Amino acid sequence: MSGHPTYVPKSAAARWLESRLPILGLLHSSFVVFPNPRNLNYWWTFGGILSFMLAAQIVTGVVLAMHYTPDARLAFASIEHIMRDVNYGWLFRYMHANGASMFFLALYIHMFRGLYYGSYKAPREVLWLLGVVIFLLSIATAFLGYVLPWGQMSFWGATVITSLFSAIPFVGDYVTTWLWGGYAVDSATLNRFFALHYLLPFMIAGVVVLHIWALHVPGSNNPAGIEPKSGKDTLPFHPYFTVKDGFALACFLIFYGWFVFYVPNYLGDADNYIEANPLQTPVHIVPEWYYLPFYAILRSIPSKIGGAAAMFSAVLIIAFLPWLDTSRVKSAAYRPLYRIFFWIFVACALLLGYVGSQPPEGGYVLAARLLTIYYFVHFLVILPLLGLIERPQPLPATIADSVLGPQAQVLPAKATQMPGQ
Amino acid sequence: MEASATADEPTPTRRDFLFIATGAVGVVGAGAAVWPLIDQMNPDATTLAAASTEVDIGNIAEGQIVTIKWRGKPVFISHRTQAEIEAARAVPIDELPDPATDQSRTQKPEWLIVIGICTHLGCVPLGNDGPFQGGYFCPCHGSVYDASGRIRQGPAPKNLAVPPYAFDGDAKVKIG
Repeated sequence: MSGHPTYVPKSAAARWLESRLPILGLLHSSFVVFPNPRNLNYWWTFGGILSFMLAAQIVTGVVLAMHYTPDARLAFASIEHIMRDVNYGWLFRYMHANGASMFFLALYIHMFRGLYYGSYKAPREVLWLLGVVIFLLSIATAFLGYVLPWGQMSFWGATVITSLFSAIPFVGDYVTTWLWGGYAVDSATLNRFFALHYLLPFMIAGVVVLHIWALHVPGSNNPAGIEPKSGKDTLPFHPYFTVKDGFALACFLIFYGWFVFYVPNYLGDADNYIEANPLQTPVHIVPEWYYLPFYAILRSIPSKIGGAAAMFSAVLIIAFLPWLDTSRVKSAAYRPLYRIFFWIFVACALLLGYVGSQPPEGGYVLAARLLTIYYFVHFLVILPLLGLIERPQPLPATIADSVLGPQAQVLPAKATQMPGQ
Repeated sequence: MEASATADEPTPTRRDFLFIATGAVGVVGAGAAVWPLIDQMNPDATTLAAASTEVDIGNIAEGQIVTIKWRGKPVFISHRTQAEIEAARAVPIDELPDPATDQSRTQKPEWLIVIGICTHLGCVPLGNDGPFQGGYFCPCHGSVYDASGRIRQGPAPKNLAVPPYAFDGDAKVKIG
């Protein structure tokens, strides 16, 4: 499915480079003539949106690092310095803080897209696993970054999450002290978190390259969940999908811009504008919204090691999806039962998020426990069983049929025509 | 018969020996190179040096809990009332999630000195809060400690830790 090597260098300089490092041909076959299924809908635009947001986070982050001081005595003031004194500092900080939320929003949509259309199934398991690695690295990066402003939520969030490692039997306390570089979260912790927060996005970028490489071996999945069989089923990446991705990105950026310019603190926590105080815990500790479902799972188990294990399992179980889902039909469009359970799972994840934002008392505790049980039942019981008992609807013969009806005559798009065809 | 001579050579051969010896040196070398990279993240000399704190406890009233900072962590110094001491000592030991007598956790009955860090996930519990008289309540995830700092309800697995300390007369205590 990789693009045909149709690239012909036009200039002498391009010919010179191409014969020494064929990078222009690689870009041409990957992002110009690369054949994509012609039926991709707008849910397939979030990969491009995520690439853009990663680049935006790196650019704004490098700018912020030029003005930030990773020292427990100075960090909080240096953020206010960025907000008040640095030219356009307020803009870069709001772009970076809200950019993290936008990145996770796009990431979750991208993941649920994969769940709905079965994008994790053969032959795309490695592609899915690399995506899970990106998800894990993103969780770590965002956590490290949230500590840097050194507000109350930064400090106590860091304390709670690093204390999770003290649940490890026997060596837990040593591991926690090692992570902290002291006996509590302090300057040493902040300084190393800053170093790692700067490092991890570049590791994410590296895994994104592998993710795209693994994508371009079988090509994109599509809403019909069947593989392209001929040139009729595909369209070249440019201009068809560059335009579609570009339009979706523009809409997404308007949404992002609305947060940055009109409600820049809506997704943040007011307590983080109070400088960190190691002697006073805020009355109600809540993580950023994108961690809430996993935080609810952590709190739902009335045991320290059990809660930590459940939370990590809830993230890692996503990696096993290709082997837990036993159905050979990919797309939920042709799976009447899975389609229902998919939306129940979406509701379960959203409700877990809501419960995670509420204090751990009364009915919320019970709700969190029931939802946690359902979360794991979905992966461990429902998905394996559905593949055995569900009767899928008939699949279309080709992607072109699914779009245009079985009888339609489709003219292959010009750019996918083979020379001499 | 060069080939059969090699085949008849006793095992392990000279080549096996060199292979294993090189591998062993490589592993030891890699370990020696990795350890400094890991250990540099452990507490440094300045952190280790700031080890003890002296506190004047003469003006802490009965029933009052004071928080001081030791090694960057909060330490609770509680001047307990007679009722709190009696309640803490009357509890049957086997009812406790982390069994410990009140006597084993105090040097003088009226003074309880514990590290003010919830053993669940490290929040600072609130003093004189929760269902126990003179006890502690952690607002993060709802752990409840009694007037001896012992875990009674909630997700925390252990009692509040007792730091090393020594009284210097009646009005001073040295923590650490």
